[in-house]
Amino acid sequence: MSETAIELQDLEIAYRVRGLDRRVLRGVSFAIGQGESYGLVGESGCGKTTAAFAIMRYLPRNAKILNGSIRLNGEDILGMGGGKVRRLHATTLSMVYQNPASALNPSIRIGPQLTEVFELMGVAKEEALHQSDAMLHKVQISDPQRVMRRYPHQLSGGMQQRVVIAMALAKNPTLLILDEPTTGLDATVEAEVLDLIAALRQEFGTSVLFISHNLAVIAKMCERVGVLYAGRLVEEGVAQEVFRDPRHPYTVGLLRCIPRGGVRKDETALDTIPGFLPGLGADLPGCVFEPRCGLAKEVCREQEPDLYPLGHGRASRCHFHDRAHELPRVAPARLPAVQAANGQPLLEVANGSKTFKQDGQDVQALVDVSLVVRPGEVLGLVGESGSGKTTLARVLLGLSAPDEGSILEMDGERLAGKVEKRSTEQVRSLQIVFQNPDGALNRRHSVRRIVGRALEKLLGMKGRDRDKRAVELAESVRFDQALMGAKPAQLSGGLKQRVAIARAFAGEPRIVLCDEPTSALDVSVQAAILNLLVELQTQKGVSYVFISHDLGVVRYISDRIAVMYLGRLQEVGDAETVFGGPHHPYTEALLSAVPTLEGEERARIRLKGEIPSAADPPSGCVFHTRCPRFLGEICVQEEPPLAEVEPGHLMRCHIPVDELRRLQGEARAVAQSKTTT
Amino acid sequence: MTTIDEQSAPIAIPIRPDETKVERNERLRLLLHSPTFLMGCVLAGTWVLCAIFGYLIAPKDPETPDVLNKLVGPSADHIFGTDRLGRDVLSRVIVGARSILIIAPLATILGTVFGTAIGLVTGYYRGIVDEATMRLVDAILAIPLIITALLAVVALGPSRITLILVIGFVFTPIIAKTVRAAVLGEAQLEYVQAARLRNERGPYVMFAEILPNVTGPIIVEFTVRLGYAIFAVATLSFLGFGADPSIPDWGQDISQHYQFINGGVWWAVLFPSLAIATLIIGINLIADAISQVFER
Repeated sequence: MSETAIELQDLEIAYRVRGLDRRVLRGVSFAIGQGESYGLVGESGCGKTTAAFAIMRYLPRNAKILNGSIRLNGEDILGMGGGKVRRLHATTLSMVYQNPASALNPSIRIGPQLTEVFELMGVAKEEALHQSDAMLHKVQISDPQRVMRRYPHQLSGGMQQRVVIAMALAKNPTLLILDEPTTGLDATVEAEVLDLIAALRQEFGTSVLFISHNLAVIAKMCERVGVLYAGRLVEEGVAQEVFRDPRHPYTVGLLRCIPRGGVRKDETALDTIPGFLPGLGADLPGCVFEPRCGLAKEVCREQEPDLYPLGHGRASRCHFHDRAHELPRVAPARLPAVQAANGQPLLEVANGSKTFKQDGQDVQALVDVSLVVRPGEVLGLVGESGSGKTTLARVLLGLSAPDEGSILEMDGERLAGKVEKRSTEQVRSLQIVFQNPDGALNRRHSVRRIVGRALEKLLGMKGRDRDKRAVELAESVRFDQALMGAKPAQLSGGLKQRVAIARAFAGEPRIVLCDEPTSALDVSVQAAILNLLVELQTQKGVSYVFISHDLGVVRYISDRIAVMYLGRLQEVGDAETVFGGPHHPYTEALLSAVPTLEGEERARIRLKGEIPSAADPPSGCVFHTRCPRFLGEICVQEEPPLAEVEPGHLMRCHIPVDELRRLQGEARAVAQSKTTT
Repeated sequence: MTTIDEQSAPIAIPIRPDETKVERNERLRLLLHSPTFLMGCVLAGTWVLCAIFGYLIAPKDPETPDVLNKLVGPSADHIFGTDRLGRDVLSRVIVGARSILIIAPLATILGTVFGTAIGLVTGYYRGIVDEATMRLVDAILAIPLIITALLAVVALGPSRITLILVIGFVFTPIIAKTVRAAVLGEAQLEYVQAARLRNERGPYVMFAEILPNVTGPIIVEFTVRLGYAIFAVATLSFLGFGADPSIPDWGQDISQHYQFINGGVWWAVLFPSLAIATLIIGINLIADAISQVFER
């Protein structure tokens, strides 16, 4: 390692909440070398962002630094006065936030916002304009002049994040802090932004502190990684080594929670981490992870372990670091999963279309979607945002009526377009688990009322019967019945999602739509919820339509997959066929965009630009504008049909399937030879 | 059943305190620590006490004329002086609080109830009902208060009830707009869709699901409107639309004496005016504090 760019020593920070100081960082030390990229991982509430804000001197007013120091290029920054801190922000420190839309001033055009950064450094106005132009070129914005005239809301999320990165790098900072910079972006856009960050880091030689809950992103972007838990750095080391051979039970547990390497529900169950993150400022005399650790012994409760050095810059804060991998599993190794019955279709959509009117323009959110859901199967629905996944779910549920000519059938019987016109039987049969449990549960109602009301309306249960059944339901989703009187705000995200699942199952549904049910949750909670969904499915024999942008999750849980792009189905088939290939070029690009913990084994395919507007879809094959395997005129002129290329495998592409198989096989071979050498 | 999740381990579930209760306590604490709120309470509270105990506190009988002591300036006997019939101004100001503090809150409650109902219906159903109602609301907002009052007085005759109805009618659209805006945001949330997915009827969704979540803006709007209502009551009774001439009333007292100001008789106008001003300031201070706490 070369010279140290930034060094945190024993940093201890507390927030004052309701008159009490609660410790959020309990003595965190790490250093980032000049030009090095350091990742900070951990679940939400572990103190990642607090550490970043401490470096930026952005801590909120109720924060108190109890102990420790932060040195940037050897200079203590915690003792600096306002003027010096401002100079620091203008010249040597930059931060990129998760949400680019709120990082940019919505009422100022991009141009002035960007040139201001240069002007603050004393560059003349004319020159600042030139440099801004050059900077936008560097972040691969092809038409900087046009972008500079735009307001932030006129740019897509990916473009906004590029502008923010351009602003952050404009001053050629010593340290760039990236706080979940791609979390709000689609996988394909994320891949591009990550590539861009990597390239720029090479060019500028900036030190980077990369904060993310996504281990795979850290593995891809960082040389070294620190794992943060409850305000303690529990493990540190070279990223590849830490993820290959974790030496702290928390890291081991985290890695086991993630569906990766193409595991499926019928092969292995995901493991989970029992218990909960200790509350803010909880009193933890021993090891911070002890209450949740399967390896914990007496000594762990009483004595805080040191950060044991393990050589090669590795360290683990565990008394039993040499046995971390022996951490016993919490979940059984296998879940009894049902085989999807190949029976009559349970739910069928034919020619499903949905057109919205927007500013007098027709926007086609769904175009001619034909799909069946069979009893007991999980149909995964993937695609970038704007591909029509959620619209399809809303149409199925009857929350928004499809266009005329669309046919919805359940058990061969027509379903009305609007839920209000469907029979109770039909309404009961189709339920949903929403993405965001905060919005999905009425914050003024107790859990008992939320679940009870669903039983009352859907099954006609009353009084004691209803209360008894509500408790049973809560039990079936592993929700402690002592909490039945609680309001949603009193519950953690995972518990809230359990309540939402209990409500969805109240009416004994036959199909449950899951709209990104785990994307708002931490990985350990996500694993528990996924296991619960698999278990419920086995018990009750329901079908799921599972919408997610996380391909690992979709692959884990789904029996069949449907890939959507711009409201059109591009590929439908068994999960293994769709993921294993040959696949549609769009599916290929989606798969290639996802970073994996194992390093890249797939061919590197990047989609250019953003998903086109549904108000003005491209001619011919709608994917031709971004297609990595674009053929030529035929793709522009003619929309390929959704044809059955193999038994049960439908694809919408002009390239014959055998040709795709050959092309994709070649690409993979090239990629593998690259990673092995 | 095998254990497979976070709760199966023998670990106490960290239940947080009931946030709605905590929130309520926190709001109360903030209010009680806010000088604005306390100042407002002192001002408005004084007048509420006067309204309740008026005749008991008043040093003189506010209604007995004393023809020998007409329009006498402030003195030890009559601290605020006497009016054109020789009645004690101080006593009339104290007792006059009652009439205004009955009419204004009732009118505001009337407007809030109707406004909330209209706001819920239009915000939840949207569509043509919403369009039509909102244009009607805009039309009502365009009519000056005085005109509405005149028409009502012609139709119903001058009385306290007329005053309440007029002010309630004028406030309804304003409150409806506020509530509608809040409901529009709430109706986007998934719990409303979840209610539709169990065959819930509109009124239940509006009143049992959405209404409890929009009480904040309604309370804020109510207190703000109350200040305006005081002002409106005073204005209308000044113009003679209101109440019974036999009941002491600030607006009425001002209107009966402003002609004497040129003659140097300032006290019979100034003190009731100050009463109106302090009451409105008090209520507005309270409204300010409440909206700061709710919109924090």
